[in-house]
Amino acid sequence: MSAEFEPKILAFVCNWCTYAGADLTGTSRIKYASNVKIIRFPCTGRIDFMLLLKAFAGGSDGVIVSGCHPNDCHYTSGNFHARRRWMLFRGLLDFLGIDVRRIRFSWVSAAEGAKWAEVVNQTVADVRALGPYSEYQKAAEFVAGNEDVLLKEQEVAQ
Amino acid sequence: MNALRSTVKELLGSGAIDVFVGYEKGTRLPRPLLAASADEADKLIFDETCTGNLAVYLTRKDLVGGKKAGVAASWYAMRSICRLLDENQLQEGAVKVFGLTPEGDLKPFDTLADLKQHVQETPPPPKPVEDEWVREIDAMPAAERWKFWTGELSKCFKCYACRAACPMCYCTKCIVEVNRPQWLQPWAATMSNVEWQLNRVMHMAGRCADCGACGAACPLGLPVHIIAHKMAKLVAQSFGEPTDKGSVLSTFNPNDEENFIL
Repeated sequence: MSAEFEPKILAFVCNWCTYAGADLTGTSRIKYASNVKIIRFPCTGRIDFMLLLKAFAGGSDGVIVSGCHPNDCHYTSGNFHARRRWMLFRGLLDFLGIDVRRIRFSWVSAAEGAKWAEVVNQTVADVRALGPYSEYQKAAEFVAGNEDVLLKEQEVAQ
Repeated sequence: MNALRSTVKELLGSGAIDVFVGYEKGTRLPRPLLAASADEADKLIFDETCTGNLAVYLTRKDLVGGKKAGVAASWYAMRSICRLLDENQLQEGAVKVFGLTPEGDLKPFDTLADLKQHVQETPPPPKPVEDEWVREIDAMPAAERWKFWTGELSKCFKCYACRAACPMCYCTKCIVEVNRPQWLQPWAATMSNVEWQLNRVMHMAGRCADCGACGAACPLGLPVHIIAHKMAKLVAQSFGEPTDKGSVLSTFNPNDEENFIL
């Protein structure tokens, strides 16, 4: 066992492209970092921005969001809508000081098994260098981990 | 001022409007007044200090629902009204808009087209203070921005005054009241406060008139309107100024330019 930090990465992917692409990575026997957990969505347009925040709050150190290349959407325009949403959301997160380097956006088609491995490996390497995202998790656990402190604050002096 | 009072009395008397959403003298700043009678109309004032966005009352079913309303509108309120009309939240003909000329005279708008043309042709009142905030925050390193915003928003006690003051926040069921799934913890805590502001500003993206009513309404004086101001800048930078052809996030352009997707 190495003492190296192993980041937890959550990947939100579209069913039609990146999920099939990740499947191809496996069937092509390409090895890639095992830090990533994949969650399948019908379309990148379905990926609510709150899911990204919930991933960080739940302990992820990095997030991958991936889907079909522009013009390849199974539903014609889901990825175009998603792209607009990410453009604004990413700028907004950056303005609030949330670490946007921990969110990797990519287009990976069903034929790009090798690209998926590369995206994952690169993200894992980058997030490993950044370390655990403890600032965010600490803020998220303001109540969850601090019940005792908060209860004490609410106590009325007898 | 007398021109406004007599016009409103005339409109109320003839039944052209049932209620006039305007301003009366307040302790420090003018405050909203919904005038439905000649007596109430006598309290109305309208000058350059009347900057609060009164468009928010036009979608309130308990106050204006089903009535024909007149409204005293600042430039930003006019932009909100145009947006509300585009989103079918107001009916043309059911609302009569009054603005001020640069000389301080009353300027009535007869049709929606007139109002839209006026909003497009008149440059928005400058926002030097807000611009300076955004510049300063943008210049901070990311870690410092995070410290600043979590520090500010940790004070928020979730009164939702920012939501109540916003003309575009007209949903009858808001994401914060939905509990399946419960996206936002209902209690006040730093992270859920940050998440609330992110949600609020994302839902307003491209629809926000950038009037600053959210920040002005905050009882703690938190600079939440600065986040909305930044969003307005991001929208203009990425997609140009919002138009009346659908909202920014419900439309798209195949040639949208970004630089971060692999």
